Amino acid sequence: MKSGLVTLTDRGLYCRQGDFYIDPWKPVKRAVLTHAHADHTYRGNEDYLVPAEGERLSRIRLGDEAKISTQKYGEIGLFNGVKVSFHPAGHVLGSSQVRVEFKGEIWVVSGDYKLMPDETCAPFEPIKCHHFITEATFGLPIYRWQPTKFVFSEINSWWRRNQEKGKASVIFAYSLGKSQRVMNGIDRSIGRIFTHGAVERLTDAYRESGVDMPETQYVGSVGNKRDFSGSLIVAPPSAQASTWLRRFGSHSTGFASGWMMVRGARRQRAVDRGFVLSDHADWPELLRAIQMSEAETVYVTHGFIEEVVRWLNENGQNAVPLKTQFIGDDAEEEIVNTGEHE
Amino acid sequence: MKLFTELYVELDQTNKTNEKIEAMRFYFDQADARDAAWAFYFLSGRKPRQIIPSKKLREWAIELAGIPEWLYLESRDTVGDSAETIALLLPNNTTVDETPLHILVEQRLLPLRTSAEEIQRTEVFAAWSQMNYSQRLVYNKLISGSFRIGVSQQLVVRALSQISELPADIITHRAMGDWEPTSEFFSHLIDPAMDSDETPIARPFPFHLAHQMDFAPADLGQTSEWQAEWKWDGIRAQVIKRKEEVFVWSRGEDLITERFPEIAAAAAQLPNGSVLDGEILPWKDGRVLPFTELQKRIGRKNLSAKILAEVPVILQCYDLMEFEGRDIRTFDFKTRREFLEKLVNNLRPEARQVLNVTESVAGASWNDLGIAREKSRVLGVEGFMLKRLESPYRTGRHRGDWWKWKIDPLTIDAVLIYAQKGTGKRANLFTDYTFAVWKGIDLVPFAKAYSGLTDAEIRKVDRYVRDNTIETFGPVRSVTPKLVFEIAFEALQRSTRHKSGVAVRFPRILRWRDDKTIEQADSLDTIYEMLDAFQNPVNVSK
Ligand SMILES: [Zn+2]
Ligand SMILES: [Zn+2]
Repeated sequence: MKSGLVTLTDRGLYCRQGDFYIDPWKPVKRAVLTHAHADHTYRGNEDYLVPAEGERLSRIRLGDEAKISTQKYGEIGLFNGVKVSFHPAGHVLGSSQVRVEFKGEIWVVSGDYKLMPDETCAPFEPIKCHHFITEATFGLPIYRWQPTKFVFSEINSWWRRNQEKGKASVIFAYSLGKSQRVMNGIDRSIGRIFTHGAVERLTDAYRESGVDMPETQYVGSVGNKRDFSGSLIVAPPSAQASTWLRRFGSHSTGFASGWMMVRGARRQRAVDRGFVLSDHADWPELLRAIQMSEAETVYVTHGFIEEVVRWLNENGQNAVPLKTQFIGDDAEEEIVNTGEHE
Repeated sequence: MKLFTELYVELDQTNKTNEKIEAMRFYFDQADARDAAWAFYFLSGRKPRQIIPSKKLREWAIELAGIPEWLYLESRDTVGDSAETIALLLPNNTTVDETPLHILVEQRLLPLRTSAEEIQRTEVFAAWSQMNYSQRLVYNKLISGSFRIGVSQQLVVRALSQISELPADIITHRAMGDWEPTSEFFSHLIDPAMDSDETPIARPFPFHLAHQMDFAPADLGQTSEWQAEWKWDGIRAQVIKRKEEVFVWSRGEDLITERFPEIAAAAAQLPNGSVLDGEILPWKDGRVLPFTELQKRIGRKNLSAKILAEVPVILQCYDLMEFEGRDIRTFDFKTRREFLEKLVNNLRPEARQVLNVTESVAGASWNDLGIAREKSRVLGVEGFMLKRLESPYRTGRHRGDWWKWKIDPLTIDAVLIYAQKGTGKRANLFTDYTFAVWKGIDLVPFAKAYSGLTDAEIRKVDRYVRDNTIETFGPVRSVTPKLVFEIAFEALQRSTRHKSGVAVRFPRILRWRDDKTIEQADSLDTIYEMLDAFQNPVNVSK
């Protein structure tokens, strides 16, 4: 990375001129955060600037003590002459791209993003810039998402079929974002929806932020004798290995993730059904977002970095790898949960 | 192929036995007998030879997907399966191909094998353009000869048994050996009339398979109720002599008569109506040769006089299923063994050189047998087989009557030096490892292994590999030597083809030794010592 307006340090992406970090992974004075997923939101910084739309989620992750200020999408903040603004990334509620501008040089740190419509968050906003930092979680052409409607019809019919057999349906989804997207999109007339503790708390935050959520009940609040047959239970993937599942009696398991595109990955998760539902851009979306940025240089972080960089270079785009410590979809759920001490 | 693809998807999606059986029942209920015959053929693990090389399919898919070859290869490494990678990369299509399975296989797949490449290409493109993702997946697997599905034949038979109300053993037997997937075959397979009249003479019996003993032998009761025999490590085979013809079947139901002319010649001496169970072994000077010697023979199309002289084989016979033309599987083992001895003893000496009734090892107590078992490595066997004298010859894997009482594996502490992504369930994770041991100050590769770690450990090692890659050559990464594992294996043999000078049999990871540093890993000298110990029996038998 050339020594430009934003540079990579061992604490994270740093803007020297404005003296702030974006999604730092080690403690710093001022942290500007793209979104509330664990690999982008670490505790221990002195103060935080987060997108107002995601404030409730950031608060849950950072705790009551954290000094958090907010800024709305599109609003411009000034740090020593550097203009900083948040723009929707379409990833999860309140997720943002961070636009940084100084003396006409524009950088966009896109965080995690997707282009596909999602009822639970504002749609991705393409921003023209000179330097675009992109993720590459699903940066291979095998990853091409089906229309959301199609995926939901699969989830709905799976739930119905289980219900007919008197079984509960347990769907694993990352507790922040994916769970709420599942609940928002599912046919809520089918039956009752229960949530794991990690999911329930974040779902409340979504509700309070004005996102349409069906009525849910926290599993822990309904007592042990409850009959779950025919119901849907939404839980983080980490609940799969636990004895927690026993209470649901006869049940079928599903996992909602972009990784489910590949059969091997589904078998590895040992779930009955895989639903290809991702909050990250697929291959065509990545390429489109990069194209729309019209950036001179594209920096590629977590995921299939080398592959995306090589493809871009071979197709006339100046791209370089960027070694951050963002992890991507893969580890989001584990960290979110331990962070909450569930 | 619509119904069959739906079945494939259902079977692929669930890991619950009941759901698999239900899906198959649904399929066989609905399907036309002509389609059902092919479905049974594929589900029971048979597949036509490769029709189009996967290399060609790959080229065409790359062309349609508009991507460079390297990106295809990266994708395939992540998916771990070529047929699936291609299905994922082809341009989207939502139309559904309604061609019945038997038409697809008989008219559109099989004839393509001998077609000119241009015609193959046109046909494959046409097929892809008519099929949705799942159908393409199934089609690619069928056409490239890589079709596999997670059901055992036993499970398929159970589904058919429920539909036809026939005992599973009858269906299993009817499905043994060579048959053509025709509607007649399928109708006969589930025909409730149970007369076994016109059994084809080549048809083998289902093999009785043993279980690994996971408890102390004393739990089996008195030794007098059991027979202990050496557990040979060769090719399990069934030898049939009926109506002046000899058939040798492998456990995988391949007809291997021609590969083992010595056995065929000896078996020709048997009276008609004899069926023996045993193990084909490379054998010289009264001793079993290493399994790798047998592999040299298996790999060849033409058996030269030289290789026949170098690696002669025998059959260690241990059971008899048909005697004097009569199915004696319900007789007890003791009686069957008596018949077997009688049968073999009546043979001429040359034939008895090849067909040998395996030795029964006497022991007054489990302790005595345990001591006798110590000789296993020296004899080149894997331990004992324990067989209940009162037991019938059963169908398939059955717990209770036949037990494998294996000796403990040899172990070595070795260092992880190369890693490669796995396939199937392990796709996208680095799970295939190469381990090294010390030779002076160098680490030399010694064994490859990929099983034996928990999923959590695999993820950890995967992360380590990604973070500590030194070099990438194709799919292989060399990593900074740091992780030490305990590797178990069954046997050792000198080898000039291996850098370490030894070849290991069945290497696998026993456990991760995160308490050890690489300096504490074993050296080649330790391995050479083990090697000497087997080759020099005096050292081992006390
Ligand atoms: Zn995220
Ligand atoms: Zn991320």
